[in-house]
Amino acid sequence: MSFIEVLINNMPSFLAALVLTLQLAVCALIIATIIGTITGIFTVSVHKTLQVISGIYIDLIRGTPLLVQTFIIYYGLAQVLRPYGFQWAKLGGPFTAGVVTLSINAGAYMAEIVRGGITAVDSGQVEAARSLGLSSWQTMRKIILPQAFKTMLPSLINQFIISIKDTSLISIIGIRELTQNGKILAANSISRVMLIWLVVALFYFIICTLLARFAKIVERKIAYGSRK
Amino acid sequence: MAAENKIEVKNLHKCYGDIEVLKGMNITVKEGEVVCLIGPSGSGKSTFLRCLNRLEERTSGDILINQKNLYDKKTDINQLRQNIGMVFQHFNLFENLNITDNITLAPVMLRKMNKTAAEQKAIELLTTVGLADKADSYPTQLSGGQKQRCAIARSLAMNPDIMLFDEPTSALDPEMVGEVLNVMKELAANGMTMVVVTHEMGFAREVSDRVIFMDDGQIVEEGTPENIFEHPQMKRTRDFLNKIL
Repeated sequence: MSFIEVLINNMPSFLAALVLTLQLAVCALIIATIIGTITGIFTVSVHKTLQVISGIYIDLIRGTPLLVQTFIIYYGLAQVLRPYGFQWAKLGGPFTAGVVTLSINAGAYMAEIVRGGITAVDSGQVEAARSLGLSSWQTMRKIILPQAFKTMLPSLINQFIISIKDTSLISIIGIRELTQNGKILAANSISRVMLIWLVVALFYFIICTLLARFAKIVERKIAYGSRK
Repeated sequence: MAAENKIEVKNLHKCYGDIEVLKGMNITVKEGEVVCLIGPSGSGKSTFLRCLNRLEERTSGDILINQKNLYDKKTDINQLRQNIGMVFQHFNLFENLNITDNITLAPVMLRKMNKTAAEQKAIELLTTVGLADKADSYPTQLSGGQKQRCAIARSLAMNPDIMLFDEPTSALDPEMVGEVLNVMKELAANGMTMVVVTHEMGFAREVSDRVIFMDDGQIVEEGTPENIFEHPQMKRTRDFLNKIL
């Protein structure tokens, strides 16, 4: 069957592209989780400045398309910062630019998820911790975040899945990840365009489905006390 | 020798926007004293209690805990709260921690107690409240009465010298009220300084040294349980007691 044929004949290029997609996604998601957690905490901070700064960041990112953000960061920044000797090539090229863009993008969405998770924690939990003498940061770390994490997990995994698929948009700046690889293969073999794109889709489908399954298992594991 | 003043409240006012919920409260609680606050819903009892450890901010007035002004800039509120236990209507056990960890969290984190010693102490406390077999359970696996007894044990683990109770039995099924009150009685008998907001008139009558009747953000009448329950002086107090007794 020609689907299998396409897959096997192009296996090395698909695998290399898959690795690049995964590297892009993993790097971006780690950074995005850090950005998201910090900005998410800022949005519920008592300090007005932090609240405003994180609010503006979230609005800007959510209000503009990822593709435009990619161009601004890859081409725009390069142009503006060139006089200061800045070049993406010196920092790892389009891959780094892709990671930066995806991190900043996903970070904003995760901040909203973190904020939602934190505000969903019962205020009585906070009062109990503060009444024992815990500082607000100790309360955040020991009580609020662990509980928020539980409610956040489904949305967080959802965001992971979205970001993994968003890596395909980053192909536009010339990273040979799955989508870019598909484009190149398809251009060289017009008669198999459909099959090539189906194989590309299959790769994304497998990663995303595995992640969703994994999330279900983790969710069950952390349902403290209620299920065994 | 007169007992030391543990709590002194001077002309405490508290407003939410335009609404004044505490209209000048003056209360002194001495060491080892058990004071019960009674009164209709919305009279400001809970708000007053929550001002005592700054879970609520006052609008004006002063609060001294162990002669330390709660609002002094030099007062470390987190430090001060370590000595004031608080028990809530809805228990507020930490849902992400099991019973032992609920109890050991604060002593280990704030008192730098080592984990084994803290767990040892947790077991002792759980034994006194009759929950030794629940050490590894999670809050969701406990009944209301068990949760509240555990919450009391959690507060006691910090060796507080004052305990605040905010309607500790109001969210309990009737048959569980007794088990919680018994723990509180024992605490009172052991000389703990306690301020209790309650609707349990039997408890107030039996255990407290002083009963304070509050209405509309003010103290209407205060005195020994006998004075308040048998010979209330104010009409407002009589009306309230007639309605609920």
